[in-house]
Amino acid sequence: MTADDPAGCPVNLSGRTALPPVTRRALLAGLGAGAGALVLGLRLGGPGAAELRPIALNAWLGISPHGAVILVDRSEMGQGVHTALPMLLADELDYPWDRIAVRMAPVGPAYRNPILGAMATGGSTSVRAGFLPLRRAGAAARIMLVEAAAALWRVDPADLVTADGEVRHPPSERAVGYGALAPLAARRPVPATIPLRGRADWQLIGRPIPRRDVAAKTDGRATFGIDVRVPGMVYAAIRQCPTFGGTLAAVDTAALTEAERAEVRLVQLPDAVAVVADGWWRARRTLDRLAIRWDRGANASNHTDAIRARLTAALGRAGTRVVDRGDVDAALAGAARRLDADYHLPLVAHLTPEPMTATAEVTAERCTLWVPTQAQSLYREVLPDLLGLAPDAITVNTTYLGGGFGRRFEADFGIQAALIARAVGRPVQLIWDRAEDVRHDFYRPAHAGRVTVALGAEGEILGWHHRVAGPSIMARALPQMMRDDIDMTTIEGLHDQPYALPALRIDAIRQEVGVPVGFWRSVGHAINAFVLESMLDEVAHATGRDPFALRRALLAGAPRHRRVLERLAEVAGWHDRPLAPVAGARRGRGLALHGCFGTIVGEVCEVTVFDDGRLAVDRVVAVIDCATVINPETVDGQVRGGIIFGLSAALAQAITIQDGAVVETGYRDHPVLTLADSPEIEVELLKSDAAIGGVGEPATPPIAPALTNAIFAATGRRLRSLPVAAHDVRAAAPPAGVDG
Amino acid sequence: MVRLTINGTPIETDADPEMPLLWLLRDRLDLTGTKYGCGSGLCGACTVLIDGRAVRSCTVPAGTVTGAVVTIEAVADARHGFTPDQARLADRVRRAWIAEQVPQCGYCQPGMVLAALALLAVDPAPTEPAIAAAMTNLCRCGTYDRVRRAIRRAADDRG
Repeated sequence: MTADDPAGCPVNLSGRTALPPVTRRALLAGLGAGAGALVLGLRLGGPGAAELRPIALNAWLGISPHGAVILVDRSEMGQGVHTALPMLLADELDYPWDRIAVRMAPVGPAYRNPILGAMATGGSTSVRAGFLPLRRAGAAARIMLVEAAAALWRVDPADLVTADGEVRHPPSERAVGYGALAPLAARRPVPATIPLRGRADWQLIGRPIPRRDVAAKTDGRATFGIDVRVPGMVYAAIRQCPTFGGTLAAVDTAALTEAERAEVRLVQLPDAVAVVADGWWRARRTLDRLAIRWDRGANASNHTDAIRARLTAALGRAGTRVVDRGDVDAALAGAARRLDADYHLPLVAHLTPEPMTATAEVTAERCTLWVPTQAQSLYREVLPDLLGLAPDAITVNTTYLGGGFGRRFEADFGIQAALIARAVGRPVQLIWDRAEDVRHDFYRPAHAGRVTVALGAEGEILGWHHRVAGPSIMARALPQMMRDDIDMTTIEGLHDQPYALPALRIDAIRQEVGVPVGFWRSVGHAINAFVLESMLDEVAHATGRDPFALRRALLAGAPRHRRVLERLAEVAGWHDRPLAPVAGARRGRGLALHGCFGTIVGEVCEVTVFDDGRLAVDRVVAVIDCATVINPETVDGQVRGGIIFGLSAALAQAITIQDGAVVETGYRDHPVLTLADSPEIEVELLKSDAAIGGVGEPATPPIAPALTNAIFAATGRRLRSLPVAAHDVRAAAPPAGVDG
Repeated sequence: MVRLTINGTPIETDADPEMPLLWLLRDRLDLTGTKYGCGSGLCGACTVLIDGRAVRSCTVPAGTVTGAVVTIEAVADARHGFTPDQARLADRVRRAWIAEQVPQCGYCQPGMVLAALALLAVDPAPTEPAIAAAMTNLCRCGTYDRVRRAIRRAADDRG
């Protein structure tokens, strides 16, 4: 992870660099000749290089006379943490930003994510969790450097100032570089009190600092998991049992020629077959020539319709009453009118652009992984038992991630790589083909929601009964996060919703669906925001109120939400800028608001529904309040990206299960929004005094309901299930006004 | 036996002629800037230039390639494989991409950059519909806005 490294200093803060740096330049100098092993540290060269190694002042910072190095302990998957986290530390350091190199940290206790309890990247936590510790690390290092200079010069530390990587003593006009002071500073105790700069004195925080990884990601030098090259490595392709929970029965290699047999190795795993060869394409092609028999297991007859039926039936079960505020029974009994609606959401895959991949080398003593992962610690928990090694013998080198979105919170592919590498006794790079990637995901859960709203004579909401039925992510992935058998991700965004509802009841019913489910950008929020914000829209239309006005009235006790909503209406022209008519089409504008991960996002979506049924998403306006903006450039990018990600799912993505297996195999049948179809997006960032919020996920939940609310505004059709592509949205509304 | 010119360098390998160009580049020549994304020519992560046109290398058998292949590595170091005009354009696109801070995860971006190069080479000032028609590479991070802006910036920058 060093291709972008500007300073070119070797790192040895904790014993290990993220990845042996490899440059592509070697190849250009002479294709095929001596390719692939130009170590960046060599640039220093010559005698004395060892003395220029950075001295560690804490777990994240090393300084040498040559430059500083900041270790980042979160995975870079596009969200900009390899820039934002160093900015936090550097903000207190008074060191030139362009002389700081950024490297990925190894696995270690210092690098535990305090919110997630492990070295892991997810839940929009990176900047929130690092906001205090990294600034404190920078401030403490600066104090230690100042104290070292004070001791050296025998002066009062109070007379010293820092700037540009130097400690200066203005009375005597002396100055010394941090690099020279680092060995002395490293021996000083960590200061007992570490004052931090106030907002007004921030040097980097809040500025659009260019990302550290952009240049290398523009011209192909960045090293992703699939780009790792280890001496002697071979490549593996894999075919996994199509049905979930099924196992491998037998592999017939009769179709292979003698030559093929000589060129490949087969590795059988309990539920998969891998072919290992000297190139991935050969391995993959051989896989197609195997006759594989599977024991299809307990889910062999599973089907999408059966999943939906099971979830619908589950809505009739009691479940667990998670919230019961006010008197919902009385509200329903005394209601002038009731609104009832069932909502359904399909399984959705991640489709990271880089398919699942990992490179592993396993010996009797060690396992070394090079892996694009969001969950480094997981390998040290799972692999020791599988390999008979101590946790310390597992080394995890984190590459850049070609997309994460929660999929790389799982360790399945890395474990496979380690098992295959052990079997063949050589370093192995496992790459899943796209079909495996789509058919063996941990999907966004299928969901059924049932909402009953009690309305008073004036159309006011008296009570709200919300039932959710779906499988649990946490019971499998993080059982310690279960609360009284409730998976909080199934009700997140509902139990903590901001609207002043006089009575609110939430029942959660766990219903497994025979398909593995996992963390999908914003997790339960994307699901629950769709139902909640759609239902509010239903209430608004059923009671003749403007969707904005209804929400605003319910947000009297939630000033941050209300401010986002009001600003959103202004920027979008909700009140005063009607949509221009389009011949042969109807146009509509929809609104949704959602808070999650400490951040609030409101979105307005504008659509055109043509008379022939074609749908164009024309424009999206987003207003985000994440309280404190570290880097406006990356926040803006995350909002746009979160919207596109959510739109792709809402418009056209659904996983179909047939005979226990996933039908979809790639971009053709699980489509991703294209540039041509992506809307114009306008983003406004709001700041507030609240605790800093995350930005990787919160823009995703509002877009699906904003979209379907816009479709309703245009056509009168209420879409209570996704994706939109499964519905006929031609402008003439059916009598009921509802598409199930 | 496969004979090709890649980034200005003639090469000869004993690779299977049926091997897609993508895997020849990645596994035989260690040119890993060209990415595997879908193997079906849908996502564009494997885009290379062949005689200046954007081509999805995952569906092109290496043995069928007769034109000069240029990969993203040439954008990193334009001394290889480009004419002086192409090198100037590549540099403009690269600088525009950085100025607009286009990449997020970055996996699709080498393909995006080469697709933009191919577009700007034949249409130095593309309209929005022309950009939309040419830029069919998929980006899961949703960098499309910035891709559009970077292409406009590179177009405006021509001197």
